[in-house]
This record gives sequence, C-alpha cells and structure tokens, in this order.
Amino acid sequence: MVIKIEKDHSRFRQIVKGTIRKNLKKYISHTEMIGRRGKELVSIPVPQIDLPHFKYGQKEVGGVGQGDGPPGTPIGSGDQDGGSGEAGNQPGEHLLEVEVSIEELAEILGEELELPRIEPRGKKNIISEKGRYTGIRRVGPESLRHFKRTYREALKRQIVSGTYNHERPVIIPVREDKRFRAWKEQQHPESNAVIVYMMDVSGSMGDEQKELVRIESFWIETWLRSQYDGLKIRYIIHDATAREVDKETFYHTRESGGTVISSAYELCSRIIKQEYSPEDWNIYPFHFSDGDNWSGGDTARCMKLLKEELFPVSNQFSYGQVKSHYGSGQFIKDLNQHLSEEEILVTSEINGKDDILRSIKDFLGKGR
Amino acid sequence: MLPPDLSEIREEIRGHAAAYGLDFFEVIFHILDFKGINEVAAYGGFPTRYPHWRFGMEYDRLSKGYKYGLQKIYEMVINNDPCYAYLLSANQLVDQKIVMAHVYGHCDFFKNNVWFSKTNRKMVDEMANHGVRIQRYIERYGLEKVEAFIDASLSIENLIDYHAPFIQRKGKQTSRALNGEEEIPLRAKRFKSKDYMNDFINPQEAIDAEIRRLQEAMEKKKQFPETPQKDVLRFLIEHSPLENWERDILSLIREESYYFAPQAQTKIMNEGWATFWHSTIMTQKCLKDSELIDYADHHSGTLGTRPGVINPYKVGLELFRDIEERWNKGRFGKEYEECDNIAEKKKWDLQLGLGREKIFEVRKIYNDITFIDTFLTEEFCEKHKLFTYRFNSQTGMYEIADRDYRKVKAKLLFSLTNFGQPLIYVVNGNYRNRGELLLKHQHEGVGLKQDYARDTLKNLQSIWRRPVHLETIVGEDEVRVGFDGKEIVEEKIGEAEEEKEKAEAPS
Repeated sequence: MVIKIEKDHSRFRQIVKGTIRKNLKKYISHTEMIGRRGKELVSIPVPQIDLPHFKYGQKEVGGVGQGDGPPGTPIGSGDQDGGSGEAGNQPGEHLLEVEVSIEELAEILGEELELPRIEPRGKKNIISEKGRYTGIRRVGPESLRHFKRTYREALKRQIVSGTYNHERPVIIPVREDKRFRAWKEQQHPESNAVIVYMMDVSGSMGDEQKELVRIESFWIETWLRSQYDGLKIRYIIHDATAREVDKETFYHTRESGGTVISSAYELCSRIIKQEYSPEDWNIYPFHFSDGDNWSGGDTARCMKLLKEELFPVSNQFSYGQVKSHYGSGQFIKDLNQHLSEEEILVTSEINGKDDILRSIKDFLGKGR
Repeated sequence: MLPPDLSEIREEIRGHAAAYGLDFFEVIFHILDFKGINEVAAYGGFPTRYPHWRFGMEYDRLSKGYKYGLQKIYEMVINNDPCYAYLLSANQLVDQKIVMAHVYGHCDFFKNNVWFSKTNRKMVDEMANHGVRIQRYIERYGLEKVEAFIDASLSIENLIDYHAPFIQRKGKQTSRALNGEEEIPLRAKRFKSKDYMNDFINPQEAIDAEIRRLQEAMEKKKQFPETPQKDVLRFLIEHSPLENWERDILSLIREESYYFAPQAQTKIMNEGWATFWHSTIMTQKCLKDSELIDYADHHSGTLGTRPGVINPYKVGLELFRDIEERWNKGRFGKEYEECDNIAEKKKWDLQLGLGREKIFEVRKIYNDITFIDTFLTEEFCEKHKLFTYRFNSQTGMYEIADRDYRKVKAKLLFSLTNFGQPLIYVVNGNYRNRGELLLKHQHEGVGLKQDYARDTLKNLQSIWRRPVHLETIVGEDEVRVGFDGKEIVEEKIGEAEEEKEKAEAPS
C-alpha cells in the first residue's frame, strides 16, 4: 500500500500556520479533545478547518440524549456543537477517559505551538530527582497497590479456575493477583522561577477581557511550570494605585477609575528586589492591560522604570494588550516606539479568544 | 495476509457467522499498526484516495487522540466486494475476535440492506481512479487551483438527494421551441354529447378548471428546472459553465457523497446490527473463560453513554434486542397494542419465536428513520432513559428538556431527516431571466447558521459564475441572500413584492 498521508498532513499543517491558502484561515477553529485532570476536564486544542456548509445554527437545534436527571439538568456548555454524526464510514472509536497531567498538558502545548525549551539561569548544576508513577509491576508495598488492576486479576483467576460464584460474588485476591504502581526516577536540573502577573482592573477592563487574561495566564503558567521545578506566582492589580492580591481577587476584582501603570511597575520592582534575587531566580513579569494610561507623563515614567529597574533583572518582560471598547490601545504603541530595541520586551495584542494561542506563542516562543 | 493464529480465528468466526444466517461478501483482513490504521482511517478507509489536506487534518486528529490516549480506532470496514477490514496489530487476541465478529455483522448489512443496493461495490477501484484523475489535474493545472476547486465543491457536497439513486429518470428534456415545434393552443377536452345535453356533460366549470390546469402545466414547462431539484450537485454539473476538469471533479465528489450516504442513513442500524452479532457470536460461541473480563470491559466501553449524545451502538443494539424479544413473545399487533392491563402486558408471551426472522427482515428493508419510527416504543424510551435537550440561553448550557416519548421520537427523527441537515432546493436556474441561480431553503423551524450560509453561497457562485441567491428565514423574516461575486446582499422578501409578482402573472 502506498500511503501519502505525510504530504496531506504537512499541507494541512501549513494551512493552519497560515503559510498557504490564506483564505482558509477564517475557517480554522481550535476544537478540543477533552482530557481529565483530577476532577477537572481540560481540553487539548486540535486545529480543525471546517469548510462552510449549509447547516443549522446548532444552538437552535437541540437533540436527543440518554441518561439520568429531571428536566432542567444541564448536560453541557453551549460552546460545543451537539453530537452530530458526520457522513461517511466513520471508524469505530473508543473514547477513553484518561487523566492528563499538567506535564502532559504542557507537552501538548509545547508541541502544538512549537515552543522552544527554556534554558534557565541560576543553579544549573544542582540536580534533583523526582519520582513519577508510570507503570505497573507485580511486587511492591501495599500502600501502592493498584486496586482496580488487582481486582481484575483476581476476578479473572477466579473465573478461570471456576471458584467464582455469581450468587455470592466475593473476590479475594491472593498474592499473585496483586498489582502495584511502579515509578521511574527522573532527573531535573533545579531552577526556580517567579511569574509576576500584573493586571489593569480599571473600569474599562470588562469580564470578557479578564477571561482572556485568565485563559492566557493559565497556559503560560502551565508551560513555565513544565520548565521550572519551583515556580512562584505573584499577583498585582492596579488602577490608579497598585496592590498585591491573591489569585482569586486577581481575576475577579473590578475597580473603577483611572489607570496609572507605573504604580504596578513600581510595586513589581519592589517585590523582586526584596524577595527574588536575579542570581537565583528566573523572573517573568507579565502585564495585561487595555492600553489606556492616565497621562503621557506616567507613560514616560513607565519607560524609565522598565529600562532601569525591570529589564535588567527579568528573563523577559511581557506585555499583553487586550482589546476593549473603551481603551485607546495607546500603550503598546508607546512601548514599541520607545523600547523597540530592547530584546527583553515582548508585546502582543489579544483581540479575542482566537488570538490566545498566537499570543502565547509570541510570549513563549523566544525560549527565554 | 493474516498470521496463522488470527487466520484460524477468522475461519472459526466466519463459520459461526454463516451458521447464524449472516450472508456477507468475502472479507479481506489487513493488520496495521496504529500509524497505519490512522492513515487509512484518515482517508475514510481508502488508502488510494485523492490527495487533499482534509485527510491530513483527520490524520492529525486521530494521531493526537491516540498519542494522548484519548481514543483509539478499533475497527474499520469498507463496503466493497470483497469487503476490506482493518485490524490494529497491538490489540489483544480477544479484541481481534470481537472486531472480526463485528465486521461480519457490518458486511452482512452492507450486502443485504436495501439502501446499500445501489452503492458501487467496486468502490476501492473507483476511489483509486478518482485519485489518479485528480492527480493528473493537479499536474496539469496546479495544486492551488485544483485544491481551491475541490474545497468549493466539498462545501456543497451535502446538497444531494438521498433518494435519487432509486428514482427512475426520464431522458433528458429538450426544449420544444428549439425543435421548432409550435405550442399547441390550449383546448380542454370535451366529451361527445348531443346539443341539449352539452351543459351537463361538459359543464363550463369543468372546462375552465381543465384550461387552468393546462395553463399551469405550460407555465411549469417554461420554468427551469421544471420542479425544484434537491440534487443541487447534479444540477450544477449539468448546467454550470465549467471547464471539463472542473466538471469531472464535481461529479466524482458527488459520486463519493452518494457512496457514503447509506452509511450515514443507517448508522444506528448498522452499528446496532454489528454489535448485536459480535455480542451474540462472542458470548454464545467464541469466548474463552479467561477472556471474559476483557471482553466485558471492551464491550461495555463500546456501549458507554454520555448525556447529550446518542450512542448508535447502544441504541441500535438495544432496539434489535427489543424487536427480537417482542416478536418472540408476540408483543405486537392490534391485540397487544390495545391491551391496557399493564400486568398482563408485562407477562405477555405467545411463544411465537419469530424474533430472529423479524430482525433479519428489519435489517433488510429499514433505514434509521423508518427503524426509529417503527420500533422506538414508549417502554423503550423509559427503560433507556432517553430525553430531549435544548439550549438555555440564560445559563449558556444545554439542558434536559423533556422525557415524553413522543417528543423524543420527533426530535430524534428530525435529527435523522436528511441527516439533520437543512433541505435546500434549486428552484430557478434562470432567475430574473438573467441566468442567475435561486435556491430555496425549506424551513423546518430551525434557521441556518448564517455566516456559514453566506460563505457557502460564495463557493456556489464560484461554480455557477453568475450571481446566486438563497431564500430562507432569518428570525421571523423571509429573506433572500444573494452573492454576485462582489458583495453579499440581503433583502427581505416583502409581501408587496409577492403581490406584484402575482399581478404580473398572466391570467
């Protein structure tokens, strides 16, 4: 059999990347495969190009399902299309529920966006060992016994040997049935990093904008966590003044009033100075705003702060500008104009959900 | 082709399947590793298919699903004579058994179900031909150009008439005016009568009605097409000003659409039937004690349900089992239907033993729509906890709407009608007397996805070359959306306009 899938596959990848057939770009969507992490469902982006068809507006359709619950029970969010079977001889597929660990998520992300590995600064020569459960073996301590596997082996043995009584289905594992989790040691260079998230929470930043920031920062965090053992995260919000907050507050606060960006940069610089020496830490300040600043004078002050205080200690300074109805979007222009020669500064505009992946790539694609 | 152990198993399962009365094309099994099976699956089972990026896309999705352990393909079978089926090399022996038994179920269905009777049984060869033809066009006209045309064609590949293969077509109509034939003046037929009886035998009303009918028929003849055409692809192939290579691509895409259509038309039945037989063959004949647990694990995996999605394997299997039981026990017909004593109904058993015979008949003449319509009973809905769901715009979630079996059935039938796709017809190929194309969406209470509809119109225009229009309903309004090659124009179809048209019509 001559198989030429590689050609079609690379052509598809090229279209997704936007190097060819640019008019198809608007049909690209990142549908998801659903994996599970603990109790949470996480999604793995799978790029899809959906050629337009005459079809029903999905939300209007509704459909038929199977399961428990009285009328009104929610069964899924409105983002996903209903389960419409595509034409063609679909091969039978098993949907398996698996746990996707944070490491795997990061790997998926890295592969999707072709992110480079980060070469960390700091204590390069200290190696730490970390165990990870990767398999199953027949011997081990009771505390690591894999209950389900053991049960299955015992059940199999009892059925084969005829000692299984379906009237009284008691399964008693013997020693040969037992299965245990096995782990592998993995070596990591030990290095520490800190992310300082700063966000503008002035009146012009709405829920939509914050949602963008939340999604983006989740992925940034996931990726950096895969690159560094010890990752600390600090959160700063600012309007006319800045203060440090916990994660919950960070994503949910909404203030009104003006915006003085330099206040956040000052606070950030103070935190770094007091707690994170650049010799030992890889430092990643991220700032999200809609691009409005109080005055040109303050913008000048921001430039000065960045140049003198933040750039020298950071691995990378990232500025993400989300689009809002009220913001002028001026700040990113100022940054690019005055600091374009600074390699340490990365700016990116996030105009909507579809921009998130590209923007993550902007930020993390440098490998710093 | 198969290693000796699998070859032995195949012989065994084939024997059992035949003994149960399954009647199938010969099956050729191939063993592939996961990469191979993903490749073949990406091409819809036809490794020799024409090159196109969407197969690469499918491959991307399948490989990712496999790699991250989210899903895996475990059976694939092609409707062809002989049937081709693919096994995953990494599967355990018991899995291979399940798959083989399942495959024989599918093959029996392909061969015997009437909706498959018009499919090309040499499709593997035909697909290879398509591949060669498109490859040749690519070499001659360039990849970009051919690919763009394929994309435009795929955008309308669902505009076919699923009943078309069963319709006997009349010969191509030629315009009579072109033949120089005079139009015959309208004359209603009169019966012979004596003068004084004439008013009774040929009443004036009847004559007027006859003349009106003839006039309408004449009007129709002038229309193009005479009646609305659901097979939009066929209409385009016959009447668009296409290059030959374009026409060829459009027709081979249409051919593939028709080939795959019965599989979508019988998804629930086909999977149900195959699952019925793999479970029957495995549990009654093939299963060794040591394999029981793995079998049960995988079988239940196949039948797993999630809220919000109908699992065709599960629903199909349970319906076939239900039918078999009902016909074995005589739970059908007037007497049973009219019995309103629940206790009596519960223990109703006439010991007819007609179940097996009945399900073989069902697999022969039904498709999903008639299958559900005929055999989905109130008891079944209740037992299997079926419900309808709807979108709640306040919470942004889908939620369970109702468990009433009539509503479940209606909704399910709606989602199966035309495969849950809107009905689109060509109503006028010479719209405004300017060679423009007018399509009509037969509105069934659910609107079209607007952005998609507009982009599809653009693709249609690139094929028809002249402006194209679509009549549909947006919200409450009847609208006509048109694309003339430059911009989208949307206009309400006003009542005033309709009246004007009426006034202009010759009376």
